[in-house]
Amino acid sequence: MEQFAPVRRSKDGQPVRYLIVDDSVFARRNLARMIESFGGQVASEAGDGLAAIAEYDRTDPDIVLMDITMPQMEGIEAAEKIVQQHPEARVVMVSSVGYQENIVAALQRGARHFVQKPVKPEVLYEVIKYVLGDEGSVINAAGAGA
Amino acid sequence: MKMELIQPFINAADAVLAQGLQCCTSIANISMEEEGYRRKGVAALVWLTGDIEGRIIFDLAPETAVRVASRMAGAELPESDELVRETICELANQVIGNAVTTLNDEGFHFRVHPPVLHTSDEGSRSSEDTEALVMCFETASGNVFMNVALRYNRRRQADRAVAAGE
Repeated sequence: MEQFAPVRRSKDGQPVRYLIVDDSVFARRNLARMIESFGGQVASEAGDGLAAIAEYDRTDPDIVLMDITMPQMEGIEAAEKIVQQHPEARVVMVSSVGYQENIVAALQRGARHFVQKPVKPEVLYEVIKYVLGDEGSVINAAGAGA
Repeated sequence: MKMELIQPFINAADAVLAQGLQCCTSIANISMEEEGYRRKGVAALVWLTGDIEGRIIFDLAPETAVRVASRMAGAELPESDELVRETICELANQVIGNAVTTLNDEGFHFRVHPPVLHTSDEGSRSSEDTEALVMCFETASGNVFMNVALRYNRRRQADRAVAAGE
């Protein structure tokens, strides 16, 4: 997999920590590989919305990558509940179902961005940088933040 | 079956397979299913309900599923039943999700049910209003079969027409 210039947390230079939420183990594994290629770290994984809320409380990740269609509790509802409890939470929806209504509903309920499956690593990388804003730094080859 | 229902699924399958496998794909064969569905490998079935109703089946040989999974993951993955099941279901999710996105933006509303493994060797015959179209996509990782049987839900369309007239 292509390697990207690592994205670190600006405040302490540590890897960005992600919570990956998807009912497909295969999808979670693929996202984890992308995250590693961005220099990030998987804080935790969850297979449904309810588990995602619990894992967010437990691990306090920097970014949540959240599928929409899942058993128990769907991703948009889980994103809303996480953001209600943690207004600073950065939730990026990652779903194959990317029609306008879904995207608008997700954004209105607290998600920061939407990425459609199949996920292109270069698209997710740009979205991660955008969502982190000043809270993230790209480490160039010489090791200095850009 | 109306081609405007089928085309988004063909386009989505082509795009998802081409991107995931990073290769060109081609449709080797399209045929109307006249007999009941015969499973070719490991198959995932997804039901749609709403303005458009019916089912889509994705069917791959296990060794093809492993090659597809390895290609999509960017690393050789060991064959396991779980990997094969996961790959086929995720492929079905992505293709159907993309097709549904197109159809929804065209004004069709429906629910996509989670994929379930299709374990019987044969399925029921398609009916006159839900003829099934079987497509074989040739990829560098092997053949991927997609079987689509959809119809307009006339009752819902009639309901809408009545509501629009009121």
